[in-house]
Amino acid sequence: MSAPTENWRGVATEDTEQLSTGAGIFLRARSRRLLGELLAPHHRALWGLLATIIVQNIAWLAGPFLIGVGIDVAVPALSHGDPGPLIWITAAMVGAALLDTALRYVFLTWSGRVGQAVLLTLRRRVFAHVQRLPLAFHERYTSGKTISRLTSDVEALAELLDEGLDNLLTALFSVVTIGVVLIVLDPPLGLIALLGFPALLWVARWFQRNSTAAYRRTRETIAALIVQFTETFGGIRAVQAFRREPRNDQLHAVLNEDNRRAQDRTFWLIAVFVPSVTLIGNLVTVAVLGVGALRVLDGDLAVGTLVSFLLYLRRFYDPLQDVAMFYNSYQSASAALEKLSGVLEEEPTVREPAEPVALPEAAGELTFDGARFGYGERTVLPGLDLHIPGGQTVALVGATGAGKSTLARLAARFYDPGEGEIRLDGVPLGRLADADLRRAVVMVTQESFLFSGTIADNIAFGRPQASRAEIEDAARAIGAHAFIDALPDGYDTDVRRRGGRLSAGQRQLVSFARAFLADPAVLILDEATSSLDVPSERLVQRALRTLLADRTALIIAHRLSTVEFADRVLVMDDGRIVEDGSPSDLVGGTGRFAGLHRAWADSLV
Amino acid sequence: MIDPAPEPSPTDGRGRLSALMRLWPFARPYRGLILLTFTAALLATLAQLAVPLITAAVVDGPIANHDRAGLIPLIGLALVFGVAEAALFFLRRWTMGKSCLRLERDLRDTLYQRLQRLPVAFHDRWASGQLLSRATTDVSTVRRFVGFGAVFLVVNLVTCAVVLVLLLLTYWPLGLAVLLTTVPLSVLAMRWEKRYNVQSRQVQDQQGELTTDVEEAVQGIRVVKSLGRSGLVFDRYDTKASTLRTLQLKKVRTLALLWCVFELHPQLTLAVILVGGALAVHAGALTVGGLVGFVALFTVLLWPILSLGFLIAFAQETASACDRIGELLDEPITVTDPPGIRPATIGSPARLRFENTGFTYPGSAEPVLAGVDLEIAPGETVALVGATGSGKTTLTGLVGRLYDVTAGRVTLDGVDVRDLPLAQLRSVVATAFEDATLFSMSVRENLTLGRPEATDADVEEALRVAQAEFVHELPWGLATRIGEQGLSLSGGQRQRLALARAVLGRPSVLILDDPLSALDVHTESLVEQALREVLSGTTALVVAHRPSTVLLADRVALLAEGRIAALGRHTDLLAEVPEYRDLLAQDSELAEALL
Repeated sequence: MSAPTENWRGVATEDTEQLSTGAGIFLRARSRRLLGELLAPHHRALWGLLATIIVQNIAWLAGPFLIGVGIDVAVPALSHGDPGPLIWITAAMVGAALLDTALRYVFLTWSGRVGQAVLLTLRRRVFAHVQRLPLAFHERYTSGKTISRLTSDVEALAELLDEGLDNLLTALFSVVTIGVVLIVLDPPLGLIALLGFPALLWVARWFQRNSTAAYRRTRETIAALIVQFTETFGGIRAVQAFRREPRNDQLHAVLNEDNRRAQDRTFWLIAVFVPSVTLIGNLVTVAVLGVGALRVLDGDLAVGTLVSFLLYLRRFYDPLQDVAMFYNSYQSASAALEKLSGVLEEEPTVREPAEPVALPEAAGELTFDGARFGYGERTVLPGLDLHIPGGQTVALVGATGAGKSTLARLAARFYDPGEGEIRLDGVPLGRLADADLRRAVVMVTQESFLFSGTIADNIAFGRPQASRAEIEDAARAIGAHAFIDALPDGYDTDVRRRGGRLSAGQRQLVSFARAFLADPAVLILDEATSSLDVPSERLVQRALRTLLADRTALIIAHRLSTVEFADRVLVMDDGRIVEDGSPSDLVGGTGRFAGLHRAWADSLV
Repeated sequence: MIDPAPEPSPTDGRGRLSALMRLWPFARPYRGLILLTFTAALLATLAQLAVPLITAAVVDGPIANHDRAGLIPLIGLALVFGVAEAALFFLRRWTMGKSCLRLERDLRDTLYQRLQRLPVAFHDRWASGQLLSRATTDVSTVRRFVGFGAVFLVVNLVTCAVVLVLLLLTYWPLGLAVLLTTVPLSVLAMRWEKRYNVQSRQVQDQQGELTTDVEEAVQGIRVVKSLGRSGLVFDRYDTKASTLRTLQLKKVRTLALLWCVFELHPQLTLAVILVGGALAVHAGALTVGGLVGFVALFTVLLWPILSLGFLIAFAQETASACDRIGELLDEPITVTDPPGIRPATIGSPARLRFENTGFTYPGSAEPVLAGVDLEIAPGETVALVGATGSGKTTLTGLVGRLYDVTAGRVTLDGVDVRDLPLAQLRSVVATAFEDATLFSMSVRENLTLGRPEATDADVEEALRVAQAEFVHELPWGLATRIGEQGLSLSGGQRQRLALARAVLGRPSVLILDDPLSALDVHTESLVEQALREVLSGTTALVVAHRPSTVLLADRVALLAEGRIAALGRHTDLLAEVPEYRDLLAQDSELAEALL
């Protein structure tokens, strides 16, 4: 294999989500706590399940025992003309079988109910928590990672609850009871049967020690393969236009081969482990057969007992092979649990107040009072003082990185300031109930995300109780009605997943309509018209003049055309407001805005 | 416009075997190993039969005759078979890993290579998630079937037959009784398995629904937060999650029934064997050892019977997986090199001509482009202007054959692009797309995509033109990983990198799809200055929404109703064509109002 892998993937901060070494078999405290919390409401059910499985196992174990008794007692009795024992033993066998089956059904459905209840609780909890986490978290923790927490990690746990736990409980419990039965049935043979146990433990330990790393490696290699695959076909235009195919073939082949090797390692471990269990089982069986036969010859043991013994022995060793499979799903699940508990430990820093101040009707007066904000080490806003009276339309201009978006996000309380505060109608944003705040302040961003469903559904997202007429009015107001009406199903057109059918400009119009339907007192537009073509932008801007008349608006735009209808322009540089005035004052002056504006005007025609 | 990806064809039992036979070319290189796996599995199962038979022999022979010495060879034999079984078991699993993991790798490589070469029109139709599930889930299903399902399907059928023959030989009336008890078992099992499969699919579909909700709630988090709709989103998710639970519980109940039959059957059959056996021993038709052997043999039969239903379902599932994979492998590669093609001489810069070019999306009746005539002289830059949905992006895709024309032709220096080798064509033509696709790789790898031979100087030059020198300030410079799995960049930064990628190596024909839309005014003017010098040495087609971008071009073409409606200098068009003025003049009108 040639080595085209040289650093093509580039360097990134090491993924700290990795399970630390040694965390394989024992869960860390936070995972244990999560598991405990999830299982706590089901304590009674768990005890009930345990009781069920004990009784069921006893019924199940009766079979081989009764067969032995049948051979030893009923067959001779029958030859003496007494069918009684045969009838009784057969009846007992049928009874035990029915009881075993019925309890098994109860156990399976009951444990299924408990498992599903746990999963539902977990799903609800993680979903609600992720929704509550601040935007800062979502920006740090990429969407792909968050999605896999909520999907594949929850499913890894589901798999364990679905099959793994049931298998393990049954297997472990059978092993214990059968061990006891074997000893009771015939102590000397029982001791021989248990002789294999130390060897078994040693093999299991070897397997566990090696497989932890091996299984983790397979999860990593398959993840790398999936990333390569998804990105190739997500960006197929670029791949084909830039003749990337041969290089991709190489890279994929290397990742695919890595995955094969990783898988091969786990196959090898199982190929050694499972036959070893079989070998130990077979050797013990041969020993039991030999010693048992001698004891039968000596008259110390009945033939029937030997037969039951051999039957039990099979049931003793078979489930142990499943433990290897269980171990794999247990590992995925514990890794998943580790990551899930990590996410659940994240603090929702932008919190709703415990005792909110009611603000049913906001006037839209915004005040920044010494607001300071930074991302990590980097200070973006060193301390901002700003007063925006209700109803004013303010345009924010300045170069990339000047802090315009940060200011807007603070006003929408996507972040909380590190120092100082931001007040709406005199009330600090942190003291407002989320419902009041969101009704009053709405932000429209450059990326206009549409949810699956119809266009009407998407507009109604701004106000779920809105009527169809209100939805259409909102669309009309910003000039989206014409294009929506021209679609085959009008407002009932399915936008497909992530708005694939609409152009970027059309998506932006829909998200505008959504914001206007919400009818907020403060509207924040962050580059919200960047994808519109000129005629659409013109429509939107005309609409804005009327729509913004009675509300507070903060508008960020690269193109200065938007500035024209603003009451006030703020020029930002390096986190500070360097110019503040009406558009005509600033254009006529000698400051930065005048310069910016000249550059912009030059760029036209 | 876009058809949803076809649903997987329902399992109908027809042509199942032929579906599985598609795997043969992939299995062929490893046929020796696979044969070894089969043989080992079969021998291991037969070795298992030895223990019950020897047990019976011990009871009837040495025990019945009080022959201690006779015990030794029998126990020795049991030992040999016991060890042999474990050894064969190891051999089976080991060879299986060797063969089927390689088969899986080959199949996945082939699929990936083929998918990369399918036309963009195919990828428009298929969501990448669909493709992924075929390349992972379906390919793994195939691997598990070849290494496990197929082996045991054959081995268990053989075991069942052998054991039933042995049972019939031991005492035929009882053997027949055992055989008959399997009939109701199979019927019930088949029925419930069918129900189980339906319910499994429902669960999978619902999981898909839930995943969509999760994706949207996470990717649309800004909208959700901004409008304060967390409650609404949660309720939606909760309803779907609760439905999933209900479906899961249905599935659990069916599975429990299935398990219970398999649990009950052997126990009741044992009771039948006891009664029948006791009567037979009483009648002298069967020895005690025979009865013991019978019981022991029956336990060997349990797993093969138990697994048959499951294995048949597995075979059907694999056949469907093969169909789904085959569907992709059968998809024709329509954009390809015609046979016997040779590279032509294309000048740098080249002359680009659209001759009566038409394009209709597959499955659509309305053509997007209907007779575009446009000639771009070597070294000239033409801006393409048109309303949203007028087909500008489609037209640009025709040059590099991302789509093939459906009427007319596109030529470079007089050569039809379809008569050029794809590799040559796509090295001559470079495109910067509207959505700047970045991959989870180093900056350098992202820039050089298809030109691994690019020198550091080439890269620097491209970065300078696109004003993307910010990459040097990233934590690891050009080695920093960007994209979804790496450092996230702003829209403007992404766009500048996509531009740098396109201008890298100074292509003969450059296509820029609205290349400056996400840049601020200051950066935009810097990029424009640097871009001008690149554009002077190359033939370029630039899709433009803004007057500033239009000014990069020598001439402007207005695209409307699938044709070039007007062609000329910007100022002339502005003065003469009302439609053009409507598309581009708003900014100036406002500027005048302002000044």
